[in-house]
Amino acid sequence: MKIIKRFYVGLILFFLYIPIVVLIVQSFNAGKSRAKWEGFSLHWYEELFRDPNIVNSLIVTLSIALLAALFSTIIGTLAAIGIHAMRKKPQQLMLTLNNIPMTMPDIVTGISLMLLFIFTQVERGYFTMLLAHITFDIPYVILSVMPKLKQMNKHSYEAALDLGATPSYALTHVILPEVMPGVITGALLAFTLSLDDFTISYFTTSPLVQNLSTLIYSQARKGIKPTMNALSAIMFVALLALLLLVNKRSSKQEN
Amino acid sequence: MKKLVSLVCAVALCLSLLPQRGALAAGEVVNVYNWFDYMDEEVYDLFEQETGIHVNKMYFTTNEEMMLQVRVSPGAYDLVIPSDYCVERMITEGMIQKLNFDNIPNFENVIPSLQTPDYDPEHEYCVPFMWGTLGILYDTTKVEEEVDSWSILWDEKYAENIIMLASMRDTMGLALKYLGYSMNTHDVLELKAATDLLIAQKPLAKAYYVDETKDKMAAGDAALAVMWSGDALYAMDLNENLDYVVPKEGSNIWIDPMVIPSTAKNKENAEKLINFLCRPDIAQRNCEYIWYSSPNAAAIELMGEDYTENATINPPQDVIDRCEFFHDLPENVLKLYNTFWDQVKNAR
Amino acid sequence: MTDFQVPLWGYVLMGIGFAAFLTLLILYVRKNRGFKRPIFASPYVLWIIVFTVIPCLLVAYFSFTDPAGNFTLDNFKNFWDSNYNTRKAMDPEMLSQYEAMGLTLDDLGLGRDSINIDTLVFSLWMAFLCTAVCLLLGYPAAHIMADREFKLGPTLVILFIVPMWMNFLLRTIALMSLMEDGGLINSVLEWLGIGRQKLLNNVPAVQVGMIYNFLPFMVFPIYNVLNKMDYKLSEAAMDLGCDKWHTFYKVTLPLSVPGIVSGITMVFMPAVTTFYISRLLGGGKVQLFGDLIEAKFLSTSLNEWNVGSALSLVMMILILLSLGLLNKVDPDSEGGGMV
Repeated sequence: MKIIKRFYVGLILFFLYIPIVVLIVQSFNAGKSRAKWEGFSLHWYEELFRDPNIVNSLIVTLSIALLAALFSTIIGTLAAIGIHAMRKKPQQLMLTLNNIPMTMPDIVTGISLMLLFIFTQVERGYFTMLLAHITFDIPYVILSVMPKLKQMNKHSYEAALDLGATPSYALTHVILPEVMPGVITGALLAFTLSLDDFTISYFTTSPLVQNLSTLIYSQARKGIKPTMNALSAIMFVALLALLLLVNKRSSKQEN
Repeated sequence: MKKLVSLVCAVALCLSLLPQRGALAAGEVVNVYNWFDYMDEEVYDLFEQETGIHVNKMYFTTNEEMMLQVRVSPGAYDLVIPSDYCVERMITEGMIQKLNFDNIPNFENVIPSLQTPDYDPEHEYCVPFMWGTLGILYDTTKVEEEVDSWSILWDEKYAENIIMLASMRDTMGLALKYLGYSMNTHDVLELKAATDLLIAQKPLAKAYYVDETKDKMAAGDAALAVMWSGDALYAMDLNENLDYVVPKEGSNIWIDPMVIPSTAKNKENAEKLINFLCRPDIAQRNCEYIWYSSPNAAAIELMGEDYTENATINPPQDVIDRCEFFHDLPENVLKLYNTFWDQVKNAR
Repeated sequence: MTDFQVPLWGYVLMGIGFAAFLTLLILYVRKNRGFKRPIFASPYVLWIIVFTVIPCLLVAYFSFTDPAGNFTLDNFKNFWDSNYNTRKAMDPEMLSQYEAMGLTLDDLGLGRDSINIDTLVFSLWMAFLCTAVCLLLGYPAAHIMADREFKLGPTLVILFIVPMWMNFLLRTIALMSLMEDGGLINSVLEWLGIGRQKLLNNVPAVQVGMIYNFLPFMVFPIYNVLNKMDYKLSEAAMDLGCDKWHTFYKVTLPLSVPGIVSGITMVFMPAVTTFYISRLLGGGKVQLFGDLIEAKFLSTSLNEWNVGSALSLVMMILILLSLGLLNKVDPDSEGGGMV
């Protein structure tokens, strides 16, 4: 029985990973063909870094993810602190409102923001894409910070104020240290979400500013270039590393 | 901790400035909006070397996408290469502006008959870029009979081996032509007949693609495909088993023009680029890369027999005679076409 | 509608709104004699109003207006009958000519057509199927990995998470590459003597793509809940005489409901609204509701935004309804979720 169980999980993992593994193996295939192996080569990796479109989109993707994570963490952490301190009714309202961006399907978020930018005549591009990313990142930051706030001693803040601290001092030296693990998890979450986003970016950017996902989409419709395989391989390894890092952090926290 | 945060901020801010590189380039720029793979991009580099003007490249996959983007992003594009049937509409809606032909002396290299197409009879708005036909590309190892009619797309023998074109005017057009109607008809009954035909054909279609077709045909993925002549030439270069034909019922002939949107910010740079592209050596180079039919007489001379002897890139007069240009359609008729096309797309 | 001018009243309204917001802020601060913490949430309140509430209102606005800006229910009528707008825009003279010839609207291909509704129903069905399969495949996997005796469990879960975070598109493209005519699966099939099959550009291909994409999202929340579950409860049940099956059915399963609900939410909703999976794996032959909406906004030459907004509104309402339903089952949202 045990063996069957292990086998089952193994089988599912196998199916999940086969396409990815094949892709990575293909990235080292010297030839273009999908079925024939023509020798080991790093050729496609070279091509990858020489392709200006890909390099540009990588820069766009990374910078947007970093900036979006940054701003959404700041706004989100402040918001979480504020919401946590609200009375029950306003708190419920805010949490429900907070749920909306998370539960709206990507396509509707993207379209509604596109309409907003067109209506206000803001030219779509890097800036609008950034605004969109921050918008869908913040709720996740709030969701990461809230549990930490709940764990915190309810009266620390007021105690600090009573002892003479200014509100900002109390904020930075009392609340923030306690919730920092949640803040960092939130930031990492926001970063990863922005790194990966396609649908929302698709609607809120201009053809000149492409992030990795929108570039892949427009190129995939033409046919998969072998450089894509190299890209996937790199992204996969990077992601694995990032996730192991997050996992280490959270297990450290729990201990 | 704080140091880490400030470091991240610094890095992020630096990175964020980089993508603007193109837009805020210290020198002159020109923003070009074109089809994918429809220009030898080394030509842009040469242009920049000679004039110092940097070219920003943006791409679209369908005319519909292009029309929309040009409408909602005023000022974003300086040079656009749309399909001919869009130009009429763009002129009536004031989306494009008249060109200053003093800045485009190389225009004289364009084949005279192509200098004044139906949609721009006084040649005020456009300069032809490439032209071609719509036809069927077929794999001679998979199709043994002679291909000369659109009817082969409905032949059950080739079920799931036919790649159709996901472009509304072209696909509706071929069905209309097959039925003997005009590609620009306003008649609802004719359109309905065409739609019914296409819906009946759908089970035989392997897929509806635009850009993917040429690589797939070159790889031998299908027996028949509806394609533009240039894409066909690309595939034929890669796979010598392929051949191209413009069916006897007639088809579409098109000229893709270069136009400048009314809201363009760098009109003169765009005109300089147009002029550059009409230079015989550049036009020849571009043509040899894209391998579509060139409207540039001087370039054709430079290319010689390679070009003139190729029936696909240089079709004989009888082929040209049985082809039609697309014309713009009034809005309510366009709605009709769109609705019928939706019916085809959604048929299962 | 080609030129979007923010109307004057729009600017005035925005100005008033902003001023009101600032005033309320100042009043609140004064009333509470200084910085009370809820104030920290104010930037976010402003942000959410501008970037979430207003865009939603805009979508609603566009659904109820026509390109000229007049109020109309035409867009919803078009949802019900996809030929409605086209019929309305037709030249009435032409229509009467056809009538005189004895032709009905159906003969003209302009009778009532339910493309929008059909596609919506189809998408709902596909999403339902996908969710069901993910649940059937994912629950056992999560259960096995959460078993305390399975030492490798937590490590394997990470392996499940990694694809979740990997770029959706790349994963779908990887699948596409495998399923192609010249791809690995077909090569294996040929080698086995079964011969090459047409695996792509049909409905099953899109379904497989959906399951492939969303399975980890079902496994993870269920695993989370099962992992945190107090195993003593099931041990107690067995001590009291329950066999394994009954323990599972009466103890484990009910307790894992929050995880199931969370998983269903995270699979069903994106499955209904996806459009890139059908684009990439459907080869233009399979249209889902997401494709329909995307086409209305980005792919047609006409400004079909009003119709597209109406479709989006319908989709939003549907999603809200299903979420509301799910909430009734799991009001405290104890599900694992993404965090």
